[in-house]
Amino acid sequence: MYDFEDKFRNMQLQYFLLLAAALFCIGIYGLITSRNAVRVLMSIELLLNAVNLNLMAFSSYLDPLEIKGQVFTVFVITVAAAEAAVGLAIILAIYRNRDTVDMEQFNLLKW
Amino acid sequence: MNLAEGVQLVSFAILAVMMIGSALGVVLFSNIVYSAFLLAGVFVSISGIYLLLNADFVATAQILIYVGAVNVLILFAIMLVNKREDFKPLPNAWVRPTMTAIVSAGLFVLLSTMVLVTPWAYSTESVSSDTTIVLIGQHFFSDFLLPFELASVLLLMAMVGAIILARREFLPDQVITPDKQQQPVLTLPERPRELVGISSDKTSNLDDSRRSE
Repeated sequence: MYDFEDKFRNMQLQYFLLLAAALFCIGIYGLITSRNAVRVLMSIELLLNAVNLNLMAFSSYLDPLEIKGQVFTVFVITVAAAEAAVGLAIILAIYRNRDTVDMEQFNLLKW
Repeated sequence: MNLAEGVQLVSFAILAVMMIGSALGVVLFSNIVYSAFLLAGVFVSISGIYLLLNADFVATAQILIYVGAVNVLILFAIMLVNKREDFKPLPNAWVRPTMTAIVSAGLFVLLSTMVLVTPWAYSTESVSSDTTIVLIGQHFFSDFLLPFELASVLLLMAMVGAIILARREFLPDQVITPDKQQQPVLTLPERPRELVGISSDKTSNLDDSRRSE
C-alpha cells in the first residue's frame, strides 16, 4: 500500500504528460482526417493546448520557484489567439473564392 | 493518501475524462457546431487542470481568451460559412483515417514510453510564497520584456491582417478617375450592397438578387 502511494506521488507529472500526449495525438488525427477547414483550425487549437499543458506541468513540477513555463504559456496563448483570428479570416477569404470549405477543393497550387 | 491528495486525484480523473471525451467529440462529430461547443468543453477542462497545477492566472487567461474569444470567433466563422454541403466522397476514403489512426497511436506509444522512461529532475523546493500573478508580472517586466512588447505588436499585426483578409474584396470594374468626385479618405472601397429590408419578403428578394449576382 505504501509503495503504491509513493509511486502515485512520483507519478503525477507523468499523468499530466500522458494526458497532454493523448490530446496531441487526437489533435493530429483531427488535423489530417478532417475535411472541413474550420475543424482543421479547431484541431490546431487542440495541438497548441496540449503543448501548453506540457509547459504548465513542467513549470509546476520542475520549476516551481520561478514559473517560467507559465510565462511561456501566456505567450503561446497570445500567438494562438492571433493565429485563430488570421486563420479564420483566411478561411473566410477562400470560402468567398472557392465557395466551399472542403479541404480537398483547395488545390490551387497543385500543378 | 490523505484527503487533499484524494480530492486532487479524483478531480484530475474527472477533468481528464472530460477533456479526452470532448476532444474526441471535436474530432469525430460530423456536425461542426457540436464540435465547436465541445471545443469549449476541452478549454474549460484544461483550465481546471491548470488550477490543479497551482496556476490561477493562466487558468483565468485560458477561460477568458479561449472560451471567450477564440471559441466565439470559431462559432462566428461557422455561422459565416454555414453551408450544408456533403463533401464529395474520395476514392479509397478509408485509407487516410486508418493510416492516421495508426500513426497517431504510434506517436502516443512513443511519447508515453519517453515520458515513463525518462528520469525527471523533480524540484524539491516548495512553492514560492508570492502569488503567480506577481511572479509572472516580474518576469514580464524584467527578463521577458522584449517578447512581451513583441507580442503586443504581433497582436496588432494579426488584427490588421484579419481585417484586411476578411474584408469584402474590391469592385474589379471600378475605374478611379481623378476628376470624379473624390471618395472620403477614411472609407475603404467596397462592393456596394443593398440595405436589408425590414419585412421578410424584402429579405427574400434580397437573397434572390444576391444569388443572381
